[in-house]
Amino acid sequence: MEQTRIKFDSDLLNKQFVENQLVQFVNCSVLRENGLRKEHVWVRNGRILDEKSVFFEEKKLADVQIDCSGLILSPGFIDLQLNGGFGIDFSTYNSNDEDYKRGLKLVAKQLLSHGVTSFAPTVITSTPATYHTVLPLVERSNASEEGAGILGAHLEGPFICSDKRGCHPEQLVVKSLGSNPAETIEQVYGNTKNIAIVTIAPELEGAQEAIKYLVSAGATVSVGHSSAKLETGETAVMSGARMITHLFNAMQSYHHRDPGLIGLLTSSKISSAQPLFYGIISDGIHTHDSALRIAYHTNAEGLVLVTDAIAALGMSDGVHKLGTQTIHVTGLEAKLDGTNTTAGSVASMPYCIRHLIKATGCSIEFALRSATHKPATLLGITGEKGTLDVGRIADFVLIDENIDVKATFCSGSRVFLQ
Amino acid sequence: MKLIIEENADCVADFAARYVARKIAEATDRDKFFVLGLPTGSTPLGMYKRLIEFYNSGVISFRKVKTFNMDEYVGLPRDHPESYHSFMFDNFFRHIDIDPKNVHILDGNTSNHEKECAEYEAKILEAGGIDLFIGGIGPDGHIAFNEPGSSLASRTRIKTLNEDTIQANARFFGGDLSKVPTQALTVGVQTVMDAREVMILITGSHKALALHQAIECGISHMCTVSAMQMHKCATFVADEDATLELKVKTVKYFKGLMALHRKLVEF
Repeated sequence: MEQTRIKFDSDLLNKQFVENQLVQFVNCSVLRENGLRKEHVWVRNGRILDEKSVFFEEKKLADVQIDCSGLILSPGFIDLQLNGGFGIDFSTYNSNDEDYKRGLKLVAKQLLSHGVTSFAPTVITSTPATYHTVLPLVERSNASEEGAGILGAHLEGPFICSDKRGCHPEQLVVKSLGSNPAETIEQVYGNTKNIAIVTIAPELEGAQEAIKYLVSAGATVSVGHSSAKLETGETAVMSGARMITHLFNAMQSYHHRDPGLIGLLTSSKISSAQPLFYGIISDGIHTHDSALRIAYHTNAEGLVLVTDAIAALGMSDGVHKLGTQTIHVTGLEAKLDGTNTTAGSVASMPYCIRHLIKATGCSIEFALRSATHKPATLLGITGEKGTLDVGRIADFVLIDENIDVKATFCSGSRVFLQ
Repeated sequence: MKLIIEENADCVADFAARYVARKIAEATDRDKFFVLGLPTGSTPLGMYKRLIEFYNSGVISFRKVKTFNMDEYVGLPRDHPESYHSFMFDNFFRHIDIDPKNVHILDGNTSNHEKECAEYEAKILEAGGIDLFIGGIGPDGHIAFNEPGSSLASRTRIKTLNEDTIQANARFFGGDLSKVPTQALTVGVQTVMDAREVMILITGSHKALALHQAIECGISHMCTVSAMQMHKCATFVADEDATLELKVKTVKYFKGLMALHRKLVEF
């Protein structure tokens, strides 16, 4: 068969590739472990191929060459904390399952335009009834033309510290896990199957046991919305916690004699074999640029970008919902009704990546890795997602130097074009 | 025999690449395949880079090119970063439009080396012989893995590397001598001699004695590249540093011809 070469924005890419079609993405800077490389990416049946084997064993040329116009080809972005977007709030269950799923799908679809190919729908502090209803609907899926893939739910609460609840509804906060944390968790959440991440305040009664239980159930545990002291945070890490939720936000400020959870960044008790990650909202509002720089310079490896975006993401200024709370949005600022409390963000992942580079002077490769490989490492899914290594699912984005998303590909098929 | 003397290694790479590009373009124009013999190593790297640039800017295509590599280690996995398969793929083939069916590299992992080598010679014949064989040379004047003492009538075969080469290669294997392959499959001196044209690239003062032996001394199996003196169309492309051991007279003579030689790479 004669080889065809087409531009990444060609109409011919509106349809999916046929089975076994050999596709080669050329003329791009590919994000590899050793930086951006002028290399190619080979895809067949939705997976990244070992081009050397194709060359020397199959001795085949690609059926289709896709010219990426010199753009950066990065793994698709992974957002581990997303409350909603495009008018949909994941903590709100209105009428029926179908309605909720439709909302989830709508967000998943729209996220493709942000280059996000995997995300963890985040549910803030809610009633047990909400968890029981919503959790079974947040099923894991791979990205497709239907939308970004779902990694499982991120349950932010309700086991948090009331003083550090941020915009979470106070009356729904559960202040103790009681004498049988496993039972409490099951009572509040129901089936834990679809849980990817739980944000928990480690100082609560029974929290350490809860962390162990959640880890054994396959969830990633993150500490946050907490007044915990450093020692409690370290114990949580020993118990299996792997992450800090939106660093600096909803936790005790750093004090040099009482460092709190922020002190975990430089804790001597954390081994490099099992590094601790921290989500950070790099929108210039939730985290001052100076704080971004402090985090970046003290613990670059742990930095994971999250948007913590709410229903207002992708919408215009105005009044929006976050669970039962009312939020006022102006520009990139989201404030809880009648207060000065910052609610979730309205910044997109590309914006956060761009801002991180601007604020910290980090390399574009580092910033991209903080939204791809690192969150995938945290969730233990690098065998499938977050890298462009051989055998991985071919979810990636084409962006320019300004992190402007030009096209998004899921399983090798183009699913978004600017 | 021609000797091209260029200012530095970059100019050598540019000359070689232009020469190759022009030959390929001429053959393609006549709708004929051009058959290239190719080396690995640091000396030809610059040439490959330039050829990739020519390909990227649309000057040439490799669709009508067949290649035969000079050599490959025995027993080193194909995907090992130091294998010549890896070298050629990473530094050249993956960046151009050559059909993998037209690429030939000796397989150092077969159970029957003799058969592999005989088949390689047969494939060269089948392709109509090599139009242009490009080679580098070692400081001891070896071409491909035809170490000093190799027969000048040799053909593709298995060779045991000499101690110098093994020690020199240790740097590619974490300094661990035990990891360096001790054998290689290599085309013979006669295989190179059979090519219609040969071009030898040589750069750096550490190769100056080798160039002196290759072109100013007699033909000797202790400096296998000196066999090219008998080739009807051989070109040495050297940088200034590599000419340091040559007679002033030799250098002046060939420099006087540069205006003429420049014409070879115009396109």
